[in-house]
Amino acid sequence: MKIGAPSEVFEGEARVAMTPDSALQLQKLGHECFIQTGAGQKAGFADTAYEAAGVTVLGSADELFSAVDFIVKVRPPTMDETAKLTSGQTLISFFYPAQNDALMAQAKDTGATVIAMDMVPRISRAQKMDALSSMANIAGYRAVMEAGNNFGRFFTGQVTAAGKVPPAKVLVVGAGVAGLAAIGASTSLGAITYAFDVRPEVAEQIESMGAEFVYLDFEEAQTDGAATGGYAAPSSPEFREAQLKKFRELAPDVDIVITTALIPGRDAPILWTKDMVELMKRGSVVVDLAAERGGNCELTVKDEKVVSDNGVTIIGYTDFPSRMAQQSSSLYSTNIRHMMHDLTPGKDGVINHNMEDDVIRGATVVHANEITFPPPPPKVKAIAAQKPKEKAKELTPEEKKAAEVAAFKSQTKTQVGLLLGGTVLLLLVGSVAPASFMAHFVVFVLACFVGFQVIWNVSHSLHTPLMAVTNAVSGIIILGSLLQIGAGSQVTGGWLVVLLSFVSILIASINIVGGFLVTRRMLAMFQKS
Amino acid sequence: MDIALISAAYIASAILFILCLGGLSGQESAKRAVWYGIAGMALAVVATVFGEGIGFYWLIGLGIIAGSVLGWYLAKTVEMTSMPQLVAALHSFVGLAAVFIGINTHIVLSSVMPIIVEHAQTGALPAAYDALSGFAAIVAHKTMAEVAILKVETFLGVFIGAVTFTGSIIAFGKLAGKVDGKASKLPGGHMLNASAAIVSLILLVMYMNGAGVWTLLLMSLLAFFIGYHLIMGIGGADMPVVVSMLNSYSGWAASAIGFSLGNDLLIVTGALVGSSGAILSYIMCKAMNRSFVSVILGGFGGTTGPAMEVEGEQIAIDAGGVAEALKDADSVVIVPGYGMAVAQAQQAVSELTTLLRKEGKNVRFAIHPVAGRLPGHMNVLLAEAKVPYDIVLEMDEINDDFPQTDVVIVIGSNDIVNPAAQDDPNSPIAGMPVLEVWKAKQVFVSKRGQGTGYSGIENPLFFKENTRMYYGDAKQSMGELLTLLR
Repeated sequence: MKIGAPSEVFEGEARVAMTPDSALQLQKLGHECFIQTGAGQKAGFADTAYEAAGVTVLGSADELFSAVDFIVKVRPPTMDETAKLTSGQTLISFFYPAQNDALMAQAKDTGATVIAMDMVPRISRAQKMDALSSMANIAGYRAVMEAGNNFGRFFTGQVTAAGKVPPAKVLVVGAGVAGLAAIGASTSLGAITYAFDVRPEVAEQIESMGAEFVYLDFEEAQTDGAATGGYAAPSSPEFREAQLKKFRELAPDVDIVITTALIPGRDAPILWTKDMVELMKRGSVVVDLAAERGGNCELTVKDEKVVSDNGVTIIGYTDFPSRMAQQSSSLYSTNIRHMMHDLTPGKDGVINHNMEDDVIRGATVVHANEITFPPPPPKVKAIAAQKPKEKAKELTPEEKKAAEVAAFKSQTKTQVGLLLGGTVLLLLVGSVAPASFMAHFVVFVLACFVGFQVIWNVSHSLHTPLMAVTNAVSGIIILGSLLQIGAGSQVTGGWLVVLLSFVSILIASINIVGGFLVTRRMLAMFQKS
Repeated sequence: MDIALISAAYIASAILFILCLGGLSGQESAKRAVWYGIAGMALAVVATVFGEGIGFYWLIGLGIIAGSVLGWYLAKTVEMTSMPQLVAALHSFVGLAAVFIGINTHIVLSSVMPIIVEHAQTGALPAAYDALSGFAAIVAHKTMAEVAILKVETFLGVFIGAVTFTGSIIAFGKLAGKVDGKASKLPGGHMLNASAAIVSLILLVMYMNGAGVWTLLLMSLLAFFIGYHLIMGIGGADMPVVVSMLNSYSGWAASAIGFSLGNDLLIVTGALVGSSGAILSYIMCKAMNRSFVSVILGGFGGTTGPAMEVEGEQIAIDAGGVAEALKDADSVVIVPGYGMAVAQAQQAVSELTTLLRKEGKNVRFAIHPVAGRLPGHMNVLLAEAKVPYDIVLEMDEINDDFPQTDVVIVIGSNDIVNPAAQDDPNSPIAGMPVLEVWKAKQVFVSKRGQGTGYSGIENPLFFKENTRMYYGDAKQSMGELLTLLR
């Protein structure tokens, strides 16, 4: 199949859907690659680099659209671009089908197939083509960079000869992929980072990235993220109030706020209100990653950087990935390449558009003159359902003490019980058995007891030597044969006694010598570093 | 040597044995402890040989020397990886010796029976008694009640010895790969064992009532069968428990024989070994969260529902990828398992460790209590490969460190790193403590192929996002890593 990437026509878009690297990989799948001249220019990939990778460079978009079977793009197509599609062609790009009904209808009429990269289901198998995540990752990182660019201080705290610098305090709201990336970037720059999310189960992830989870003291059965495919769900008004109250407490302290809260299919919730901005220090920065969907901050202006009356910079850019075009192009083109990999299972350049496959079915929005959006729910759930965690009850000191006393009592009880039981048993045996037996029996019981006491202290790593040495020691059975062999000359059938004793002595000796030597060999190996 | 002197020697050697076992609490004191054991054994043997009524000194000498040479040869030549087999094989010797000694006791007893009967009837020892010395004299001196007890003791000694004998041979076969390692039972299962044990009990009663030697021999055969069938029914990951259980049995056999011979040192030492084996088995079972009884009876129990679905895919990685990750990592934890022993990869792993440590990385080993086929198996293998023991940590010591670990390399272990033990209440290994490797930033699993572990259950770890499968023979894989890292 012929795959081609046109230049992005969207104003300011610097990314490209195919890089020389991804083209090489696509060719390995048996495809031919084409690119519009200058398409990779803004992302740092020259036409010559594409040519060197075996990509045919074409002069114009029209030429490209008519030459190829697969068009790969970043942004959703414009009406003009969609009009160029012909029956049998396939378009792969971000498409946002829920917001783009008209475009979808137009695509349907052309007879082309459209695969929306933003519709790839969130299941483990499809992670390699999850372009939303790879773009969000970049956005999170870039948000910290933009914040730093507009923030007049260090991130990290320093004590220098010229004075002490306090560390910056960063609050990340929403710990999705972008949020976690922002946390990572911000902690590695040395800032004190706090993070908040409505999904309690991400607390662990937040802490693993080195940030502190802002704990909300709120009694409500919070929705399990697993029910919504790992995305956040809208929260109740009471919860929202508690949340805003917490933010208001934090606002005077934090220097940088990065908001990433999005709820699928809705406008972004307002989480950072005007009064919170007013509470912030002069020179603080708010980066709103949700600007595209209205913004989490009340004062956000889409695609612009504004400064509030009290000197807080509010950044509402929506093109963070495009601002790191080289990185985002290489990640996006890899996502596309993985999608093509799944579409060409035979690696022979033959496309198998398998509508039974969860991933392909989910991402396909227009196919064979029909709109196939929304897709049926995937057969496998994205995330295993959380098991309700049982909270360990915090014990008061008195309760703890009482528990300890009770444990001690029950321990004493079992020990005394065992002792009594043992004594009764001994007495019972003693009442029947003759004295000579009892003497041996007492020795036996004592030896068992000593054995139990001694072995508990043996260190775990020495269990194999212990086994070998007890094995050697159990060769003590040789004494039995030694004692018996003498009887061979005194009783009838003595030759058998002598023979059996001899064999026993022989094998017991093997056991003794072998066991001890092996133990020594093992122990000699243990050495300190 | 007179009786008092022998008793003194016995007390000394019993104390030496106790010190020997107790000394194994630390690596350094253990080296001394073995000498205690050797001294105790030498003292016991010498004191016994020079006691009263021992004959055939040239035969004794021949047996001890030949046995020692054989034992020495075995111990020198055995590979550290075949240690479990060797230990199992040696247990069988103790079992067999116990059987022989029991039979001997019967022969001596039946031959001096007329003396005992006469003694009981007339109240005076007959003249024939004066010709006897040593063991025969002791037996001949017994009263009728003592004879009854002697018979029970002998019978018991032979029974335990016989079970130990065949059981150890099967355990040896399984560990050496000569017998199929899977648990298998004859039709009838435990009922067969139970009925064999009941028949043995009936035989005991018959033996007590004067039935001939055939009851003893028939019981031996039944006990041989029980040992065989019992161990055949236990497989795979339970082998460490089996080996230490057989160890325990061999001790009890020695103890029972000690009773029948009236020898306190045998009783004491047998009891020491028996209880140490029992505790080891208990510790193993606890580490696997299994009840001792269910291990002995074989098979995994307690599965109540379908196992959790595992989804996702196993993503493979080549040596280059692993090497890159290792270069970037600061802290590395290696989790070895039976696979490492099978592939003899411990030397390569050790070299890898040295290499990484030279670069200032924090390399440690995490050992699960039941890794391998013998308790402490991994520790011994790593020690053989000269991995310093202070970087080899137990599960409890290292489990909390996994979240701060950059790279975990799992080499040939499976069930001991299976998150299903914690996540899936229906899993056969649910509740078994496991190494929480999946909490590390990156996990590499070196494994031969996509097969399941010894318990035959799917491991969700292999499907996790931060897990990469590094397929191939462990030794070769580690070798490739070494060349890339050098």
